[in-house]
Amino acid sequence: MLLLTIDWSFIIEKLILISVILGASLGVATYATWGERKVAAWMQDRKGPSRAGPFGLLQPIADGIKLFFKEEIIPTDANRFLFILGPSLAMLTACMASAVIPWGPSIELESGRIIALQVADINIGILYVFGVVSVGVYGIMLGGWASNNKYSLMGSVRAASQAISYELAMGISLIALLMMTGTLSLAEIVNQQHGFWENGWFTWNVAKQPLGFIIFLVCAFAELNRAPFDLPEAESELVAGYHTEYSSMKLGFYLFAEYVNLFISSAILITLFFGGYNFPFMDQVAGSVSPVVFSIICVLVLLTKTIMMILFFMFVRWTIPRFRYDQLMNLGWKSLIPLALVNMLITGAIIIWVLN
Amino acid sequence: MQELTNKRVAVDRKPMTFMERLYIPTIIKGLFITVGHIFKKPATISYPEQQRPFSPVFRGLHILNRDEQGREKCTACGLCALSCPAEAITMEAAERTKGEEHLYKEEKYAAKYEINMLRCIFCGLCEEACPKDAIYLSETVAQANYTRKSFIYNKEDLLIPNPNETH
Repeated sequence: MLLLTIDWSFIIEKLILISVILGASLGVATYATWGERKVAAWMQDRKGPSRAGPFGLLQPIADGIKLFFKEEIIPTDANRFLFILGPSLAMLTACMASAVIPWGPSIELESGRIIALQVADINIGILYVFGVVSVGVYGIMLGGWASNNKYSLMGSVRAASQAISYELAMGISLIALLMMTGTLSLAEIVNQQHGFWENGWFTWNVAKQPLGFIIFLVCAFAELNRAPFDLPEAESELVAGYHTEYSSMKLGFYLFAEYVNLFISSAILITLFFGGYNFPFMDQVAGSVSPVVFSIICVLVLLTKTIMMILFFMFVRWTIPRFRYDQLMNLGWKSLIPLALVNMLITGAIIIWVLN
Repeated sequence: MQELTNKRVAVDRKPMTFMERLYIPTIIKGLFITVGHIFKKPATISYPEQQRPFSPVFRGLHILNRDEQGREKCTACGLCALSCPAEAITMEAAERTKGEEHLYKEEKYAAKYEINMLRCIFCGLCEEACPKDAIYLSETVAQANYTRKSFIYNKEDLLIPNPNETH
């Protein structure tokens, strides 16, 4: 009788949600590569990919096909298992973080059934994201180590040390935010940022934690291995860092995981600091349309905000030159971590003496 | 001592102020510049569909000219081959026989005329040396190819189409 007690519609509902979110994040990541090339081209007064399909829209698909048909090389002295595990882990962790992002408000059907537009509303949502992102470092480290190439190993050490040192400042800057929200659940944090303006102040966390936001943003750049912190790869001058020995789709997985990460971290940034799916005058809109339409509007709002965030990441990448390695470490340990600590202390003081 | 030019600029070695060390205002300023470029007209053109006009003195691939009646002008005097600094031109002369007056303008003509485009430096000295106005540099560029042999252009490749023959 165990089978009857399982809520099958719940499982099907979640499976559909998971596949839609996975497909959407992979799709957005695919077209982020196209968008990045277009943005880079426009910024440099060029045209960008324009041959494959209208406006070069088939370019990412052509790139994917090319990567699949390339010769797959595994170095003789490489550890085969770990060599394959590296890119798989990078891809897996990139996709896993999307599970806790609330993509829209819950839909209440006429039958009384509530469908949450979030795969799992766990009460430690942010902690989960941090855990998953930290596992992503293993993908880089394993890939570099299993290649059995000293340059790959050095590249992976650089990448891992950068990711770990910026994770610290990121976490501390987030503690200040969590002290204000009082919860780790992402759905709860989004609900607290309802609307846009309330009680004479913005409801979005970016207005409550501006310094925390800037620290988090800078750390997100470093976590994503993007310019100005892209020196683990330094694709324009070094030998590509940790994925020197990779070819074919295994290389493609590493590059693609980076764009999935870009999408997911933009979505998390929006969820934490820019109100997630909330938008100004949402109560008036909610009153005039059906709940399903309202949910769709909310999802579209979140996607629009996320894409704008991705564009911002791209604008910065093609504007600022790369940091030197000592500058990177100086900024992380000597500036961002003390700043984040001060921010945390000030927030704590305000919560105790002003808000109470 | 008097300066030769007034172009000397003193280097500013003042330590950076706090605002400058923040970097964020400068980064925003830089972002405005790069984002502004998004709305500018790209300098690139889509090459095979659109082409830029060549300058009037452009020297491209050679052509062998014909006169108004469609006869080859070249008389195989060899001056072009003599003047060629890259020694790219080879030719063999032949005598015009009776009944070939409609093909060749002079009594002597080039039976074989080859230019090695890999040797040619497109200086245009052959064009200047030619007493019969038979060779000209056109406005086309040599096509890319896979073999060295295909870059040796023979008379059929170089001759302009006969205006009297309808194709």
